[in-house]
Amino acid sequence: MTEEQQSLAIANPKMTARDVKVFYGEKQAIKGVSIDVDMDHVTAFIGPSGCGKSTFLRTLNRMNDTVASARVEGQITLDGEDIYAPSMDVVQLRARVGMVFQKPNPFPKSIYENIAYGPRIHGLAAGKADMDVIVEKSLRRAGLWDEVKDRLNDSGTALSGGQQQRLCIGRAIAVEPEVILMDEPCSALDPIATAKIEELIHELRGRYGIVIVTHNMQQAARVSQRTAFFHLGELVEYGVTSDIFTNPRQERTKDYITGRYG
Amino acid sequence: MAEHTIKAFDEEIDRLRGLIAEMGGRAEAAIENAMLALQRQDQRLAAEVVADDKRIDALEAEVEKLVVQIIALRAPMANDLRDVIAALKIVSVVERIGDYAKNIAKRVPLIAANQHKLEPVSLLPSMGQVAGEMVQDALNAFAARDAELALAVVERDQVVDDFYDSVFRTLVTYMVENPKTISECAHLLFIAKNIERIGDHATNVAEMVYYAATGQTLPERERGGTQQQEN
Repeated sequence: MTEEQQSLAIANPKMTARDVKVFYGEKQAIKGVSIDVDMDHVTAFIGPSGCGKSTFLRTLNRMNDTVASARVEGQITLDGEDIYAPSMDVVQLRARVGMVFQKPNPFPKSIYENIAYGPRIHGLAAGKADMDVIVEKSLRRAGLWDEVKDRLNDSGTALSGGQQQRLCIGRAIAVEPEVILMDEPCSALDPIATAKIEELIHELRGRYGIVIVTHNMQQAARVSQRTAFFHLGELVEYGVTSDIFTNPRQERTKDYITGRYG
Repeated sequence: MAEHTIKAFDEEIDRLRGLIAEMGGRAEAAIENAMLALQRQDQRLAAEVVADDKRIDALEAEVEKLVVQIIALRAPMANDLRDVIAALKIVSVVERIGDYAKNIAKRVPLIAANQHKLEPVSLLPSMGQVAGEMVQDALNAFAARDAELALAVVERDQVVDDFYDSVFRTLVTYMVENPKTISECAHLLFIAKNIERIGDHATNVAEMVYYAATGQTLPERERGGTQQQEN
């Protein structure tokens, strides 16, 4: 008799991907990936460079649309709605499924404007007072308010790297997304700034569906409850994070996370 | 198994396995020598067993230090993590096994001092041999990551328990018939109990090895014989 692996069941998926395939021209980058994302679990994508984890992440809010040669097959839904359907408004989709990138990329504008820009173009604020509330709420949720409340008119680019990244998270939060995709959000940050982002991810869980791509396996272990291991465009193993890191089922997963890969 | 990209990590894991193998070998030798000393009433050999226990204790400390270092510096994952955690737990158990062997050896002079010829002693060497083999196999299973061998050790514990029941009954009967031997028989009973505990500890080691090798824990066993005895 053996211990069962912990349950993987996702009761209320926010997003579902079914048999997703991505091609760059002739080359197939993603080979039939199916996965669910919900609000209660942070999902981490791990795998060696070129394994497809970032490519797959970018299919979740159609960032690959900007790559001319990219073609996506299969189905991805947000609240049951096909995000690749012709009726889908991509700008709206990217507000609902926000993204934070590897390198902090604040707009060369004030801290206030960095947050206010999204709500303004999406028409989320009725006036200045409304916008002030949104800016404060977003910066608080991003764990940045106390550090910047007295200098909201300073340039966002004048902040430290870690602060800039939290500003970018605040900017994503400001448009009230449902899912936040993070593509190696800490790889340009020092350990303390990284810890702050990880703590922030922990606090945001439950309010947003969070998917994080990371090269740092310890980070995946720390911040996620579900881990997906990608290799050569395949989803090799998907499981409860504590299972993946203590008792992976697949040989390739084990070799990767124990540092035996390649 | 494939090697780690970082070679120093492999070297540390190898060193860990080497230390545990050495510790196991010493514990097994301690059991064997303690039983031999008992059989031959060899006090010098018994004293050696007692002295050698310090080396087992030192090995435990060395493994603990190495495990803490590996966890801190290498952040082991998956089977590596299970291996080092198992190693940490195994050495504290093997240290206990060494203590039991030492305890047996310490009783040798007390029994040898008496002139009585004690018949029940005849079962103890076989019992000690089975327990010693269990220790050996449990640690071989760790070295080879052999879950099957670990399971076989767990199953063999029943043999030691049966031995204990048998020795217990024999000694009680013997004491009733020869009240003058009660003091020696009491020592022999403790020795039998020590061997029985060695079997239990070897079983615990085997369970940890099983976990390290498979990632699955064995269900709790029923410890038949001895518990009935203790009721």
